[in-house]
Amino acid sequence: MKTPIQFILNGEEVAAFVESGSNLLDTLRESVGDLSVKGGCWQGTCGTCTVLIDGVPRVSCVTLAETCAGKSIETTAGLRRGPDLHPLQTAFMERFAAQCGYCTPGMLMAAKALLDRNPNPTRADVVDAICGNICRCTGYEPIIEAVLDAAHGDARHRA
Amino acid sequence: MLEFRKDIFADERDDNLIEVGQPTARQDILGHVTGTSPYYDDHRFGNLLHLKILRSPHAHARIRSIDDSAAARAPGVKRIIRAADVPVNLNTLLSLIQFGKDDEPSLASDVVRYKGEPILGIVATSERAAIEAMALVRISYDQLPAVFDVEEALKSGAPSVNAAYPKNTFEYYGKYDHQKLRYGDVDAAFKQAEIVIEDRYQMSPIEHAPTETNGSIAVPDTNGRFIVYTSTQALFFSLDTSAKINAMQSNQLHFIGGTVGGGFGGKVDTLTEPLSILAARLTGAPVRYRFGRHEEMQFGSPRGAERIYVKDGIMKDGRIVARQVRCYFDSGAYTRLSSYAVVKCTAHIPGPYTIPNVHADVYCVFTNRTPATAMRGFGVTAVDFAMECHIDKGAVAVGMDPLEFRMLNMYRDGDMKAHRRQAKNTALIECAQVTAEKANWPLRDEFRRMSSRTGGSLERGGVVDRTRAPALASAPKLAPTDAGAGRTRAPSVAPPPVVPQRIAYERPMAAEPARAAPPQQPASRSVPTPSAAPPASSPAGSTHGAARFSSVFGTRRR
Repeated sequence: MKTPIQFILNGEEVAAFVESGSNLLDTLRESVGDLSVKGGCWQGTCGTCTVLIDGVPRVSCVTLAETCAGKSIETTAGLRRGPDLHPLQTAFMERFAAQCGYCTPGMLMAAKALLDRNPNPTRADVVDAICGNICRCTGYEPIIEAVLDAAHGDARHRA
Repeated sequence: MLEFRKDIFADERDDNLIEVGQPTARQDILGHVTGTSPYYDDHRFGNLLHLKILRSPHAHARIRSIDDSAAARAPGVKRIIRAADVPVNLNTLLSLIQFGKDDEPSLASDVVRYKGEPILGIVATSERAAIEAMALVRISYDQLPAVFDVEEALKSGAPSVNAAYPKNTFEYYGKYDHQKLRYGDVDAAFKQAEIVIEDRYQMSPIEHAPTETNGSIAVPDTNGRFIVYTSTQALFFSLDTSAKINAMQSNQLHFIGGTVGGGFGGKVDTLTEPLSILAARLTGAPVRYRFGRHEEMQFGSPRGAERIYVKDGIMKDGRIVARQVRCYFDSGAYTRLSSYAVVKCTAHIPGPYTIPNVHADVYCVFTNRTPATAMRGFGVTAVDFAMECHIDKGAVAVGMDPLEFRMLNMYRDGDMKAHRRQAKNTALIECAQVTAEKANWPLRDEFRRMSSRTGGSLERGGVVDRTRAPALASAPKLAPTDAGAGRTRAPSVAPPPVVPQRIAYERPMAAEPARAAPPQQPASRSVPTPSAAPPASSPAGSTHGAARFSSVFGTRRR
């Protein structure tokens, strides 16, 4: 038995039929077609599938789809505005903050949640914001630098 | 921050490098930050079926019977895949280069040899349906004694793990149960050595834990071909392995990959492709076989464990004169790439040091653990860890700074390595000097002036014989406790009071830069050395920089 749900995805209204017990990750990828969200552990531990629900970072693999009805969901697919990249995306590119790129969408959303509520974060704030997101390639330092760059402009945080 | 040093070996390099020294963006990073990079699971197909694998709960057991009749009737189940369905159900990865015997089934039929070994495949309309059907399969086992320790596995009476290698060791060239390295005469050298240090080192298996788990999607194409979207790190290796297991021609398989969500070596084993292709053949539908996180951790192969026994013979002046090593590499239940890892391990036992007497025995051992595979320097990492720990102990024992102790023993141009290859284009001493400078690690003058180009055995007529060398007579010896706490040593301690330094074992010391030359320095010991300022031009007759730098062609220095 499938249930219809509606929610806002990156500012657009979307609808999907979901099986009872489906998670938001599968709903976004399989029903809605937003492939920018990646699954890493399907048990809520790695942070790869992080999306924003009403501005709050959530692991979509252990979020029941039905609980998202009427909510506003943000994913990496919605970061870009036409040809213009979000400052976080530019900073991640310039800081070499992605290697395999698989954790990057979740990392970007965790960072966006931070910058949306605190445009002037310290390094400790950044570390805290991404502490639920596992990256196996970069060693985190380029990611932390990139988030600080996106907030403060290139290298200003070092002053 | 990056810094490019051009004063070292400046006479051997053209400044014609285009990319080196310039920041450059990854070619795929725009896709990564916009979430549009096409990982294997980002391809969509109608009527996709899902393959899940029933795995052994035992480390070693004989399968008495399998009853999958209820699972075959379960909702959504399209096909059960058994061992008998696999066209070539025995393979070893390196058989593609004729290295080793086929020893590993895709699906176990009679015996399971590690916890997590695949037994049965269930193809269903959803992962959930496949998992629910799996609970209906009944398998009865006779548990067998298992062995988990590399040395226990080599004892007589130990359970035999791998049917292809009943003695629990990989066979090299069809007859040798381990790799040997023999150079010089270690027994004589240990008798001469003033200090002998022995120890045991061990490294556990390490899981790569890529954020994207192993997986693949096989899609039937026209003309009997299959298109395979895969997370593999080794596209053509996986293609050929899949072709062999499925008894297909490789031109019947079209592999699409290259966007890999982290591999680190854990995605070369072709764990999913052969069975997803087989499932697609048997059902005529696209099939995805994707590891869950638990499967990735339990069944995805790790870096192999190693146990290493090291014995070094050292002279009080700091020369390492003998090294004896016994190493056991834990391959797990099957070979995969461990036979090759052992070859690499053996090659790295002397490290980057010129040791005139080396004796090593390295075993590739089968145990009832998850088969090991590649991971970033596999076969090398553990042995280098062990050797460098051991070197530190040697430095403490002789009362030398650990970096100076290493520099004294590092390869120089012309030195003969234990593998009977001559060292050339060596630069490790210079790397150590720059590292010390950057870390504010005090080095004595003669170590700051040491060069990879001078003092190697080529200069001494190509003969490696350090045992006849004069001892480091007047080097200031640190108390062992000081050496262990080198970080706290003040730089001012480094230069000895008045006595001119003599360098160890017949390595002529390069002349000091003028600013540092002490009055006592005898002029006759001067040897040309690169000055701090790079020479204006390359030597006459120089060729293109890349060719001169090539260690493959070996044309840089001679």
